[in-house]
Amino acid sequence: MANSINKARADFPILDQRVNDERLVYLDNAATVQRPTPVLQKLMDFYQHDNANVHRGVHTLAERATKDYEQARVKVQHFINAQSSDEIIFTKGCTDGLNLVASTYGEQNVHAGDEIVISIMEHHSNLIPWQQLAIKKGATLKYIGLTPDGELDMNDAKRQITDKTKIVAVAHASNVLGVVNPLRELAELAHSHGAVLVGDGAQAVPHMPVDVSALDVDFYAFSGHKMMSPMGIGVLYGKADLLRAMPPYQYGGEMIGDVHRQESTWADIPFKFEAGTQNIAGAVGLGAAVDYLDELGMENIQQAEQDLVDYVLPQLEELPYVTVYGPQDPSHHTGVIAFNLNGLHPHDVATALDMDGVAVRAGHHCAQPLMEELGLTATARASFYFYNTKQDADQLIKAIKETKEFFNGGTF
Amino acid sequence: MGLSKLNGLYREVILDHANHPHNKGKLPTATNAMTLHNPTCGDTINLQVDVADGKIRDIAYTGEGCTISQASASMMTEAVKGKTVDQALSMAKTFSDMAIGKQHSDADLQQLGDAQILTSIMEFPARIKCATLSWWALQRALLKQGNEEED
Repeated sequence: MANSINKARADFPILDQRVNDERLVYLDNAATVQRPTPVLQKLMDFYQHDNANVHRGVHTLAERATKDYEQARVKVQHFINAQSSDEIIFTKGCTDGLNLVASTYGEQNVHAGDEIVISIMEHHSNLIPWQQLAIKKGATLKYIGLTPDGELDMNDAKRQITDKTKIVAVAHASNVLGVVNPLRELAELAHSHGAVLVGDGAQAVPHMPVDVSALDVDFYAFSGHKMMSPMGIGVLYGKADLLRAMPPYQYGGEMIGDVHRQESTWADIPFKFEAGTQNIAGAVGLGAAVDYLDELGMENIQQAEQDLVDYVLPQLEELPYVTVYGPQDPSHHTGVIAFNLNGLHPHDVATALDMDGVAVRAGHHCAQPLMEELGLTATARASFYFYNTKQDADQLIKAIKETKEFFNGGTF
Repeated sequence: MGLSKLNGLYREVILDHANHPHNKGKLPTATNAMTLHNPTCGDTINLQVDVADGKIRDIAYTGEGCTISQASASMMTEAVKGKTVDQALSMAKTFSDMAIGKQHSDADLQQLGDAQILTSIMEFPARIKCATLSWWALQRALLKQGNEEED
């Protein structure tokens, strides 16, 4: 199977180009990944042959589009092992899914004096909705801290989560530290205090097998564009009984049961949460992406990324002027590696790496409280996906050495 | 190509300003001040200006950021010190215009002093915000009275 992962790179023509006259090395996969030809082909086929609005029409194209859309829902259900496809809500993306939970479940269940617990490593998407909910409701927002090695401090989690806690919301994998958080343990902890656990799966679902039933999470949100789908599509998983008890997120067409002049009733889940014409092609593309990932096998993808981290992380750590954030042990690290070159601002580093064809992210990675916790304003971040190669890693290391040389050795 | 193109952006004079910034510090006599953040990268500039009789008598800044943002602040403060408020505002406009590729006369550019070198930033669109942050802070500090903070 490792072989088919190697061959898969040919499905991403965008990677086969030169940038600034150098071979492109795309290492900004935590921001968004590239799409393979079969997903792009599926989008083209859909728009050229089957495009219609779903659930309304009785004509053939409407039936085909509805079938494709609902099949995508079932594919996602099996991909994350949800109990029922009714538990899969299509959203605009991970952020939209988390906002949905805050605006519905949160609005209904959090009151003055209650607590919401998140971690200090959260992306702003899984921070601001809870912060604003807490402000609005007069609830307290609490943070779980880190261990010295940059992992979630489970002892602190046990201190922060109490009987006052209504919602615990934590990233499954960090977009900065490259750690995977123990959601199953957190779910048990939350449930023992009568709280629900919301998982932010943006950096996990594309990279490792995820089983929401085994994790026993109550809600779990992720983005399509980080797993090779079109942009503007995402998924919110929620346990059916919770979803049924929640009010709608938005009002309008497609989410209704009966509409009368002065009152209305709502459709059953998942349609109650899908007001208006959805990103139908996006969902169909997401279905194609799930097929593609299934064919490669999530275990194989996880292994391929682990092999890359095993290869590149020790080399980075060996450079005396490079600081790597998060765990130093490659086996505790996903393909997300945040680092700094001593004395150089990450923006300058990113511009220099770009001149060597290497695309990385620089900044606070939408995790400002984490930056503050680490005593930083920003970092560079290289993030790998299964289609990256050791040659990519070599080019990154070479570019880092050249960057150091340029700013500190003087090529003027 | 490698890093050779970088020489255009990180000219010696720019690196010199970044490593040995001019007018860095606080100004106890400031009449106008403005703190600006670049929320996408976390860069910050806190600009303090001492204006008297329509002239910039003194100017200083503190802040954190990349080489380009720090060098730009250093060059900007150097260029506008002693100028009238109107001259300084016109220079800020020239710099912002140049950064987005609008043409200006040689005379306008000369006014900018060392800072005109940084107009090469337009070859690196992702870095334009870094270079313009201090000039925006200057504009806002001069146009609004008192101490304010904005994102």
